[in-house]
Amino acid sequence: MRIKNYFLNHLYAFFYSLGQISRAPLSSVMTMVVIGITLAFPAGLYAVLKNAQQLSAGWDDVAQISVFLKKEVDGQALADLAKRLRDRPDIAKITTVPADQALEEFRKLSGFDDALRALEGNPLPSVLIVQPAAGYADPMAVEHLQASLRKLPEADFVQLDLQWVQRLHAVLEIAKRGVEILAVLLGLAVLLIVGNTIRLGVQNNRDEIAITKLIGATDGFVRRPFLYAGVWYGLLGGIIAWGLVSLALLLLDEPVRKVSALYDSTFALGMMDVWTTLLLLTSGTLLGLLGSWLAVGKHLRAVEPD
Amino acid sequence: MIQFTNVTKRYPGGHQALNNVSFELKSGEMAFLTGHSGAGKSTLLKLITCIERPTSGQVMVNGKNLGKLGRRHVPAVRRQIGMIFQDHKLINERSVFDNVALPLVIAGLHNHPEIARRVRAALDKVGLLGKEKQYPVTLSSGEQQRVGIARAVVNKPALLLADEPTGNLDPDLAAEVMGLFGQFNQVGVTVLIVSHNVDLITRFSSRILHLEKGGLV
Repeated sequence: MRIKNYFLNHLYAFFYSLGQISRAPLSSVMTMVVIGITLAFPAGLYAVLKNAQQLSAGWDDVAQISVFLKKEVDGQALADLAKRLRDRPDIAKITTVPADQALEEFRKLSGFDDALRALEGNPLPSVLIVQPAAGYADPMAVEHLQASLRKLPEADFVQLDLQWVQRLHAVLEIAKRGVEILAVLLGLAVLLIVGNTIRLGVQNNRDEIAITKLIGATDGFVRRPFLYAGVWYGLLGGIIAWGLVSLALLLLDEPVRKVSALYDSTFALGMMDVWTTLLLLTSGTLLGLLGSWLAVGKHLRAVEPD
Repeated sequence: MIQFTNVTKRYPGGHQALNNVSFELKSGEMAFLTGHSGAGKSTLLKLITCIERPTSGQVMVNGKNLGKLGRRHVPAVRRQIGMIFQDHKLINERSVFDNVALPLVIAGLHNHPEIARRVRAALDKVGLLGKEKQYPVTLSSGEQQRVGIARAVVNKPALLLADEPTGNLDPDLAAEVMGLFGQFNQVGVTVLIVSHNVDLITRFSSRILHLEKGGLV
């Protein structure tokens, strides 16, 4: 009976809080949208970051060495060099990018079409992209290969592509930390928004609260609808945030596909996964609950019948 | 039911509202509390309902010493008391039905047919059965007062406190409301009414407690 009553008390507060929110639909919705935007910011960045990490995770084991050749190396020399190098046991695959092709690609990709046309001749060198053989993929062997490629008379500049992958990872790590800090700050903001909304709610219902207390309501009875209201604000704010992030990802999807096609990649932006969505909705709800808890505990005590 | 023993109430700031007041109201009794404004009538009611605590002396209500009561136990005491206020203290955003049902909901009653039955019974008693869907502001002052009475009695409390219940009513309505209190008293409810409507009071043969400058005379 006690448990049933407890449940029914909560059910009452559940519906009562909904009723209160619907009594002032415009301001309630505005509060939720503000919470939604606030939550969407870190959630969106997190989703983008996760995509970037997923994209770069695939590059870890692909240690590529780009050999930028001297300007005087022409198409024929490039083909000869590639042919010679292919015989080496520590090289699995060589892709040649002649200077003309590189320029063409850069033109398509960068959009600096006109600027490039204004240049005399081709500023880009021919490039060999060397992929180490399976047995020579450990860092030591790759460095050794890199060193011997650097000694080639045709080579101008040799770059181990793994380096920038590692650098990218380091940068992503910083970005991740940044998003985390942002998430904490904006979570705090949500706490304050909900707290302030609930505080206003308490003030607007001062008389009602005083009367209810006067005829024997416990603190819990008075507090409960406000806690539920906080939960509603947080949860619906979270849903709005989810919608905003999904919409943003959807709008970005097309251009991202275009760019990745230019990189010969089939990469596409992933939508928010179930885990991230759950995390977003749960943190929204908990922030709403916590915000209203803090506000209601402080302000309800001040409302006593007189 | 109510027992005051040497009760003194001094407000912060020095105003002494009650000075060494002692009286007892037995279970099932009905009494009037009279006195000029500022004589301490409101303070006396506030002590019974735990809105204020006595500075010294002992206030017992229904066997409980209110001076020693913790904050957590106050709601339980208030639920046993039906309170009627001069300014009605109805919740304007809620219908008459919801206002009257509130004490039942607060007490943890959730069985809707049972709530509806008891709310209608209370509204019937004060003659407002047809108005349950209306909102307090659409009612006259006398009707609002009777909604307040219905709310006070819906939970069948053993003690009814009324603060100037006829203050804003014309003589006919005032007599009607007073009659209602008489009826509740006849079925065993202890009733304490603050009033200075001498005409009406003298029609009852009940005890009259007269406060003057914080003391009973």
